[in-house]
Amino acid sequence: MSAGEAAAAARTWRRFTPAQRLARFAVYLAMVAAVVASIRHVEVIPEFLYDAPEQVRDLLARMWPVDVAHYPAGVHDALVDTLHIATLGTLLALAMAAPVGVLAARNVVPVTAVNLAARFVLVSSRSVNSLVWALLFVAVFGPGPLAGTLAIAFRSIGFVGKLLGEALEEADPGTIEALRAVGAPWFAVLAKGYWPQVQPAFWSVALFRWDINVRESAVLGLVGAGGIGMALDTALNLFQWNRVATVLAAIFIVVLAAEVAVTAIRKRVL
Amino acid sequence: MSTSARTAFPTNWWHRAAWLAVAAYVAYAASRLDFTWARFTTGLGQGARFLDRMFPPDFARWELMLKGLVESLEMAILASAVGVALSLPIGLFAARNLMPAWATWPARLVIALSRSFHPVIVAILFVKAVGFGALAGILALVVASVGFVGKLFAEAIEEISLKQVEAVRATGAPFASVVAYGVLPQVFGRFVGFATYQLDSNLRNSTMVGIVGAGGIGGTLFAAFQRFDYDFVCAILVSIIAMIMAGELAANWVRRVFVQRGRVDEE
Repeated sequence: MSAGEAAAAARTWRRFTPAQRLARFAVYLAMVAAVVASIRHVEVIPEFLYDAPEQVRDLLARMWPVDVAHYPAGVHDALVDTLHIATLGTLLALAMAAPVGVLAARNVVPVTAVNLAARFVLVSSRSVNSLVWALLFVAVFGPGPLAGTLAIAFRSIGFVGKLLGEALEEADPGTIEALRAVGAPWFAVLAKGYWPQVQPAFWSVALFRWDINVRESAVLGLVGAGGIGMALDTALNLFQWNRVATVLAAIFIVVLAAEVAVTAIRKRVL
Repeated sequence: MSTSARTAFPTNWWHRAAWLAVAAYVAYAASRLDFTWARFTTGLGQGARFLDRMFPPDFARWELMLKGLVESLEMAILASAVGVALSLPIGLFAARNLMPAWATWPARLVIALSRSFHPVIVAILFVKAVGFGALAGILALVVASVGFVGKLFAEAIEEISLKQVEAVRATGAPFASVVAYGVLPQVFGRFVGFATYQLDSNLRNSTMVGIVGAGGIGGTLFAAFQRFDYDFVCAILVSIIAMIMAGELAANWVRRVFVQRGRVDEE
């Protein structure tokens, strides 16, 4: 065995470089420090926790029996409204997000200033929670489903637009080049070159967002933006827990049905 | 010789019908939800006044605001730590390629239940169970984390290559070693992605659960809205957005540390 081979055999093999190991260690340390600091600082009253099993028992006792008779009068319309809010909001978001997503894609619109402006719109839409959007729109348009629909739409622009922009940037340049070579104008390249390629991704994102929006529109009523959340809020404020249970059961079934529907559509169509 | 020219893109009547159906639906739903043009234009006038009152943002009560923000941050950190730790075993139990049916069904049920309600609704129930304050919010976010990370983690495990698992099994390794050396290395990168995404999402939601009394900045925000203190609202919103963006940057940094460049396979 030569000296070089012996040195190689004696060498300790490690998967990561020292810099990588240091970075990982720093992340672990920061995580532990953050958790410890949070535990020590956060105000949690342990006495409330001892009481919890009893409170939960009380809650369940008040919720049972579920007030099914309340459903036709007080829940059904609100539930249908919620579905309309989610669907209309999603459609509105698709209409608004499509142009912004196109402007954000660097290969479709090769102007950096436009790309950055579009990205800024998308990021601001995403960093405001749909409940905050709802609060803002309630202040502007008054309580009701209009505020809820706009809140859903404005929150979804960022999501749909970002994913559409990414899909456009990943599009295969072959067909695009072919269209450009025959002198197709910009819009024709977009409609006949990019659109067929991103269409499946676009509809899949739209479905996914609709599913999320059904969940989110159910809570918007808590801040007055229409839908089943209003029914929930009323029942909660009056401590009518058996009606709360009705509303929760209705939300649960609708959310489940939406998820099943989305899965089925995705399997069959996309 | 025929004179009829072939159109490259013939009219697709199904598409036209679909567009018509969408337009009809929009008209129907808008009338059902009572959207009118008058309401919209009045709203725009209101919006101008609203914006006028929001600016400039009023940071005079910054101590109150900081207290709420710090509480939100702590809630997000604790909920992510507990939630991610819980979703590791639950996600593992829910993976159908490693576990028998008697283990996957309960685990899948837990995940489905945790996912079906918005964190704010879960927070309402926890406020009843453990009283007002940060604890209710933390528990609600833990539930949300289990639902999200658990589901994605289970799916990630179901997509792994079983060759490495078999190889580790063939050496006679016990189950814990199979998981530690056969399964975890394959899903660790994606798991870091899910966990950091969840921290991000918890941070967003921790600023909201306060609306129903579950701690954090949300309570302050909602109260300011109800008192029409719009300049304070604006200050709170600006600081929430700043915190969330800082969180996103931190999450990106963590992902870069753990996931090697060139094979970032996050969602």
